[in-house]
Amino acid sequence: MMMIECPICNEKRPELEFRYAGEAHIARPENPSALSDDEWAKYLFIRNNPRGTHFERWVHAHGCAKFFNAVRDTVSDKFVMTYKCGEQRPSPETIAERSS
Amino acid sequence: MIRYSARSLFANALSGHKNWPEQWPDAQPKSAYDVVIVGAGGHGLGAAYYLASKYGITNVAVIEKGWLGGGNTGRNTTIIRSNYLYDESARLYDHAVDLWDGLSQELNYNVMFSKRGVLMLAHNVHDVQSFQRHIHANRLNGVDNKWMTPEECKAFCPPLDISSAKRYPVMGGALQQRAGVARHDSVAWGYARAAAKLGVDIIQNCAVTGVRRGADGAVEGVETEKGFIGAKKIGVSAAGNSSIIMNMAGLDFPLESYPLQALVSEPVKPIFPCVVMSNSVHAYISQSDKGELVIGAGTDQYVSYSQRGALHIVEHTLAAICEIFPIFKRMRMLRSWGGVVDVTPDRSCILGRTPVPGLYVNCGWGTGGFKATPGAADLLAYTIAKDEPHPINAPFTLERFTTGRLIDEAAAAAVAH
Repeated sequence: MMMIECPICNEKRPELEFRYAGEAHIARPENPSALSDDEWAKYLFIRNNPRGTHFERWVHAHGCAKFFNAVRDTVSDKFVMTYKCGEQRPSPETIAERSS
Repeated sequence: MIRYSARSLFANALSGHKNWPEQWPDAQPKSAYDVVIVGAGGHGLGAAYYLASKYGITNVAVIEKGWLGGGNTGRNTTIIRSNYLYDESARLYDHAVDLWDGLSQELNYNVMFSKRGVLMLAHNVHDVQSFQRHIHANRLNGVDNKWMTPEECKAFCPPLDISSAKRYPVMGGALQQRAGVARHDSVAWGYARAAAKLGVDIIQNCAVTGVRRGADGAVEGVETEKGFIGAKKIGVSAAGNSSIIMNMAGLDFPLESYPLQALVSEPVKPIFPCVVMSNSVHAYISQSDKGELVIGAGTDQYVSYSQRGALHIVEHTLAAICEIFPIFKRMRMLRSWGGVVDVTPDRSCILGRTPVPGLYVNCGWGTGGFKATPGAADLLAYTIAKDEPHPINAPFTLERFTTGRLIDEAAAAAVAH
């Protein structure tokens, strides 16, 4: 089972306490009615689905119940780091440093 | 390649079965083909076979990064059924079941399709109502499906515990008698052999590293570990890695890849006569001809390409199996494995052309691609040969995510996601 560091509780807890909540950093369009069908489809349905570094949201459902973001490698399933919602997406250098 | 028959079996028995020829040759890539199929699973090999047998396109290569049939074709629980709710899905999956029927004879290869019936259990009032809705919708579409009382379920599947004292009592079930199981490896091998016999090259251990496009945007071929292979048309049937291949062609796809696990028990004597699915408690079980109980678990919740899942998912499934079939409580599990399934937002496949000329796709089958193998293969071959989708797969093209005409099987596929 994966151990996940909740950045709010500052504790590493088993995956069972958490729920996955999809890809992170997908901003809802400011003015949805101004979007074309293509743009709307991209927002709703298109996902990165990378083989490697993935930015994703988790919620500490059986803990603080807060959402947070995580960086995880989708091939090894290893968590690189977690960070609070609203914080900037970590740079590739930071991720490379944390992964090693 | 010899034709398998009682006569060839007898002739080879005389020489101690030491002189059987190889089933198909392991090909090396030529510089160019009319069609290159990416992914040598059942879907991809089948598409190559139908391209050659139905449309006379024999200058075809199937490229596989690992070994043939080693992806989701070899990692599923082999259930075949077509009791889907929506008209489009019912047509799609029933087309596949129609083809399953004559497949062993057509391929001269025993795929061991066994129509032993798939029984879906209802455990609460909501299940009963939604299953009956399914049954009526299926029958209107000409798909067989019938309601069974708990006693009828017990008679059909004796190991079932239908006592009312259960936490999840069996309140009835929906039976598709025409559904069943097949031998997954044989499907890949049978298609491979039949396709190779018609001149198709099957190239293993040759990962695709890029898709080359010309100045007009159309495909020119694929870059692979064994060099560039030219192709006028490319069909991608790469399951969990489909979106990676699509990215190589410059396309973003509405797909996410999740781990899905399955497991088998130690082999025992025949005890389980059918397939039982219980979506409310997450249990999918049948017995293979080797005697193992074949059990399907759910997907993990996160995107992953690791081809393995978490143990708690397996525990959850086994708890459900023990609840419905207390007789199996002391069975030991022998092996478990994981596959990577590509899931679309509406849980229906994407089968058709792409915005890139000459690039065709068959993906997004999620947790239920095996049952569709012959149908998907046939329709992908049609789409590639005619450069337009067949009426059966026309509703399943990529455009539906822009037009909004989704085929929302997420809640309707008669399976928990």
